[in-house]
Amino acid sequence: MIRSTLAITAGKLARGVSRLRGGGSALPGLVTERIDPGILGHTLADLPGGIVVVTGTNGKTTTTKMLVALLRAHGQRVFTNPTGSNFTRGVISAMLAEIPLSGRLDADWAVLELDEAHALHFAAAVAPTHALLLNVARDQLDRFAEIDQTAELLARLAAQATTGVVLNVDDSFVSRIHSRVAEGVTVAWFGVDPTCADRLPELQEADVREADGAAALPDSAEAALLLLQDEHTFTVTGSGADVGPVTLRQRGLAAMINATAATATARAVLGDDFEPGVAATALATVTPPFGRGEVIDIDGHPLELVLVKNPAGFTVALGTYGTEPVATMIAINDNYADGRDVSWLYDVSFESLQGHGVALTSGVRGWDMALRLRYDGVEVAHTEPDLDLALEQFLREHAGEPTRIFCTYTAMMQLRRRLAARYNLARFGEDSP
Amino acid sequence: MSDPSQAGAVTASKGTIHLVHLYPREMSIYGDLGNTRALASRLRWHGYTPVVHDHHPGAPWPHEAHLLVGGGGQDSGQLRVQDDLATHADRLRALAADGLPMLMICGMYQLLGRAFITAEGHRLPGLGILDVTTTGNATRMIGPVVLQTPVGEIVGYENHSGSTVLGEGQEPFGQVRHGQGNNGSDGTEGARTGNVIGSYLHGPILPANPALADHLLEIAVVRATGAWDPEDVDDTIAHQAHDRQVRSLLSA
Repeated sequence: MIRSTLAITAGKLARGVSRLRGGGSALPGLVTERIDPGILGHTLADLPGGIVVVTGTNGKTTTTKMLVALLRAHGQRVFTNPTGSNFTRGVISAMLAEIPLSGRLDADWAVLELDEAHALHFAAAVAPTHALLLNVARDQLDRFAEIDQTAELLARLAAQATTGVVLNVDDSFVSRIHSRVAEGVTVAWFGVDPTCADRLPELQEADVREADGAAALPDSAEAALLLLQDEHTFTVTGSGADVGPVTLRQRGLAAMINATAATATARAVLGDDFEPGVAATALATVTPPFGRGEVIDIDGHPLELVLVKNPAGFTVALGTYGTEPVATMIAINDNYADGRDVSWLYDVSFESLQGHGVALTSGVRGWDMALRLRYDGVEVAHTEPDLDLALEQFLREHAGEPTRIFCTYTAMMQLRRRLAARYNLARFGEDSP
Repeated sequence: MSDPSQAGAVTASKGTIHLVHLYPREMSIYGDLGNTRALASRLRWHGYTPVVHDHHPGAPWPHEAHLLVGGGGQDSGQLRVQDDLATHADRLRALAADGLPMLMICGMYQLLGRAFITAEGHRLPGLGILDVTTTGNATRMIGPVVLQTPVGEIVGYENHSGSTVLGEGQEPFGQVRHGQGNNGSDGTEGARTGNVIGSYLHGPILPANPALADHLLEIAVVRATGAWDPEDVDDTIAHQAHDRQVRSLLSA
């Protein structure tokens, strides 16, 4: 364990330096991992509760935050990577803030959001007790090549879980993974109640999904299902103890299905200790993670910051926010963390923006975004590729009214840094989408 | 498919043009649907009436076709369209020989070639419309691309594991100025025979390269109506997007 102590010491030093310089969260983790490649196993393997990994294409950050809130509300001590830094080194960086040199985390559970590819790297270092698999959709195909490949990554992760796996019954890419879990590992389900099944297309892009191997809806006793009461209120049914009615602090159907997934997982983790009343209160009070529908107060008027990174996510975001049109900016970068190929913008329909138009497109590919909107008949008032200039102009021209920015990951990071400096927002880490 | 854009629309139609999109479900995971959108919109802007036929496996062949487009899919998608492609192989070869314009991207480009040889060495015959042979590779060729072609500079994005070699005398679609192209070694990208263009470029390729879109439309419209009578379309935004990519990639 001398090596771990050395690694943690070096990592903490790197973290101190990096914070002073206002840098990101990956470097300290990188330093620690170099010195002790087995650091994750050494520190997480003997947690009294276990390790829950949350992965899938869309909703990882939001769902992880909800699950952590659920477990903490039940009195559990939880270590998590709260900054959306979902590569293994990001997890280690998060750990450095909380770990004494002895290498013992003061926690019952680790709840970790992991990128689909990094989830496997992580599992190779330390096997998760539980895995929550949210969904599979087109995302960063310049990294994952094919949807089938992403689905296979998740199946291999599920096979590593030692205690329980939680699957999306409505996503055939995910539901068919039930046949891949190890002997003796419990499968729990989450999904949309059959009475609300007409809302499913809003959550899934119209890609080609094969029905082979998809599960039939399991006995509802082991499924947490989303039952909508209206646009803002829902109940999570199942296990003979409904959670709700709940109204979240985040809008939209996607957030509700994330809450359903988090509830299913909390039930799987806590077993008989799960209390529906406690869960409902926790879900109703959890705030959205930064940039995921986060609302920033700009001189008394709300600016909504909405992360978009793939067709399904952008489609859901437009459906969620399109009903209340406000002055809108769209910022598209094509750095590695955004996905270098912007072809995916053509798998999204922007027709819902026709009425109000778009005030500004920005980012490295701001002109490509304007071009995309032209093909959907959406008026674009300005295009300014420079994000800082664009933000300045956008807030100036729309001062005194509500505003909204849809942005890719690195564009969000830059915009949020500017906004944080100007409006005293909380710090946040940076790593990957 | 409805396209609500009425920018530059002309009220009286100069003619009806039938676009056929091959396998939009199985072979369009990389945004290649954007090519169909772009062609339909531009036809409208030029004063013509587009009719888009989505051709799915097993469906009857559309009664009219002036231009064919196809895109990139997953390996599993290619398997699902193979039977239907075999059913229409003779028809497609005849249409190509007759000069019907076709734009086939990525997976569909490979299927129009002579053969695809899998990483395990299995030889899957293609339509043989383009004299190219593709071999499955462990490493993918991924990244932004700039080409020099007879229709000007083309920008796009490649993402393919197949490595393609042109047969002797087979014309490429363009020469690589940035990126990997057919195989990463001979500087060629895509293939062109008559009015059939095969290319690996997503982006999708047509919106940011309006000259290529109009080049294909001109051939299709002349076939359908006897003459190409375009309107003056404002492509400022497309040129901005195009030129910025060219500048940033060629200066890198």
